[in-house]
Amino acid sequence: MTLGDVRPGDTVLVKKVGGGGPVMRRIMDMGITKGCTITVRKVAPLGDPIEVTVRGYELSLRKADATNVTVEEA
Amino acid sequence: MAHTIALAGNPNSGKTSIFNELTGSTQYVGNWPGVTVEKKEGYVKGDKRHIIVDLPGIYSLSPYTLEEVVTRDFLIDGKPDLIINVVDATNLERNLYLTTQLIETGIPVLVALNMFDVIKKNGDLIDTKKLSGLLGCPIVETSAVTRVGLKELVKTAITMVEQAKSGGKPATFSAPVEKTVTSIMHLIEGKVPPETLRWFAIKLYERDEKVMQRLTLSEELHHQVASLVESSETAMDDSAESIITNERYEYLTNLTAKCHKRARQAGSLSTSDRIDRIVTNRFFALPIFFLIMWGIYYIAIQTVGDYFIGGIEWLFGDLIGENLAIGLERIGTSAWLVGLVVDGIIAGVGSVLTFVPQMMILFFFLALMEDVGYMARVAFIMDRIFRKFGLSGKSFIPMLIGTGCTVPAIMASRTIENQRDRRMTVMLTPFIPCGAKLPVFALLVGAFFPHSAWIASSMYLLGIIAVIVSGVILKQTKAFSGDPAPFVMELPAYHIPRLKGVVIHMWDRGKQFIKKAGTIIAVASAVIWMLQSTSWSFQMVETQESILASLGRFIAPLFAPLGFGTWEVAVATITGLLAKETIVATFGIVLGLGNVAEGDPNLLSSIGAYFSPVSAYAFMVFTLFAAPCAAAIGATRREMQSARWTWAAIVFQTGVAYVAALVVFQIGSLLFM
Repeated sequence: MTLGDVRPGDTVLVKKVGGGGPVMRRIMDMGITKGCTITVRKVAPLGDPIEVTVRGYELSLRKADATNVTVEEA
Repeated sequence: MAHTIALAGNPNSGKTSIFNELTGSTQYVGNWPGVTVEKKEGYVKGDKRHIIVDLPGIYSLSPYTLEEVVTRDFLIDGKPDLIINVVDATNLERNLYLTTQLIETGIPVLVALNMFDVIKKNGDLIDTKKLSGLLGCPIVETSAVTRVGLKELVKTAITMVEQAKSGGKPATFSAPVEKTVTSIMHLIEGKVPPETLRWFAIKLYERDEKVMQRLTLSEELHHQVASLVESSETAMDDSAESIITNERYEYLTNLTAKCHKRARQAGSLSTSDRIDRIVTNRFFALPIFFLIMWGIYYIAIQTVGDYFIGGIEWLFGDLIGENLAIGLERIGTSAWLVGLVVDGIIAGVGSVLTFVPQMMILFFFLALMEDVGYMARVAFIMDRIFRKFGLSGKSFIPMLIGTGCTVPAIMASRTIENQRDRRMTVMLTPFIPCGAKLPVFALLVGAFFPHSAWIASSMYLLGIIAVIVSGVILKQTKAFSGDPAPFVMELPAYHIPRLKGVVIHMWDRGKQFIKKAGTIIAVASAVIWMLQSTSWSFQMVETQESILASLGRFIAPLFAPLGFGTWEVAVATITGLLAKETIVATFGIVLGLGNVAEGDPNLLSSIGAYFSPVSAYAFMVFTLFAAPCAAAIGATRREMQSARWTWAAIVFQTGVAYVAALVVFQIGSLLFM
């Protein structure tokens, strides 16, 4: 399962961040790393991007980028 | 020699507020040599021995964004004596992530644990002493809003600089990674300054290309490092960059667990969450956004703005203009010089400055929205739409500012990380009608469509359509094609705005516009006045025989297919390149009416001879899209950092203007004539 598939309100555990290059580095720099928990808060009114809580703050990212993050049920 | 103190921190950490408080009014803005990133410097208040350099707000020291690379280079090459790292205490882990990287540079770090008042209010606990011990750097609890701790921050900083303290404790990684890093450190020992050894070793481990190019290791050494990294990657089953990032956060999770306790249960709602529930709600988000925008424009343009405009017109026209003319004549100044100063420069500059109040009010509200934290939500809401035509939600903010003035709008595009997105935003933002284009529209609507409200509004609609269509088309070109850039953006918690911060922000943007009035427009007005009142043999002549008229006649045929091929209108398009505001003034001058405003009845009736309703609309379309004013072109040049890209933008914009006006006139003529 990827972060893009998670329903709003659900909390998941990050297994791996893939994709490579600037996108992967950016996502990881912002704190989405292996082993951390993420709560998906909501989806933007037009269906994309999504808002998540990670390490105690709110982050938004596009679904397309979120599919690089492999997660499992927390 | 003065000591240099660098100020570094995440965006939204309150770094700028701290900078403003520490330096007072003694700051100045420069650019980093060779790049577009702004550099602010200032002396510590009342102390000329310590310079503070405000580094760009960044999350990491990765090699991927301009801001981060500039910061890295400054820290490694500029060797500041101290880094003050502003850390948002309410977002400790992610802020300390940058701290660990700053410590690795070997430069002494002083942590300003900012927004500490919020921590206390929330009932959270941070054991500052313990944290300080773990990081190996002094920490001062601060609040830029209540100004608590700032004096202590300065005192500690100066003491640290004078005692030449050593750096903090770098983050430690798990044993296998630590071993590889140590091996790399041994390999490059002596090749880099000893205090930066760990920094370079970690960068080599991450396969940081910028650092690899810089170090130019021997072939053999390069291979040795590469094989160390490869075997580490195989052992950890992950990529090197990812390993280091994981390890850093792992270290921080352990570290913060020892000294940070949250009062609020995870999952419970803060006030900020509750606000967010409404303003980014599925159904209410867009209506709320449009309502807010409508309110801002209503206040800025309809009510308060209008009130001020009369005052400024009176100030420049009646008070300064007339009295100066009388005064100059009395001391025996020749008639042409009086004309140049009063009808040329003062009238020109005055006509531009009439927009200042509107613009300031607009910028005030936009700065307020940014400071409160709403702008990030706007980007969040709008990203879906903007991505469709190759831009990101962040492009929306420059476009909003562009309804005021294109110059600060283009400068606001800096927050867009991806270069492709930034270039496209800079190229397309001028299509949004700025305040200076409005009098041109008002004049032509007044003369040709007096009872139609939608003609002027249609300009905004056309501007938006042009942005969308151009975005879609440009995305197909080689320069803009490729995968969309990542949109990974923090949504900062809402907070009560700081009036001082908002006003500084407003002033920073409004200043650009006033500066333009004082420089480019003053010169342009003088030049136009000279050109329209002298002949090629430098004799004073009537406008019809002037240099300007002959230039106009020369290029007028170019505009014939657009429906406005007379020299008078051609001249106005030339002056419009310098500043759109001068178009109305130019009509006044070339039609022999002197200095008139867009509502002048004489101007309204005489302009009827030069346009039909269809060609008037075509002219409005041309004005809307054509290359923006000289100041905006200058800003484009600064942000693009390339003459080629600047020319591409000018040619593209003017090309769109020509084609659009051509289509409007040709089709319009068929339909309505």
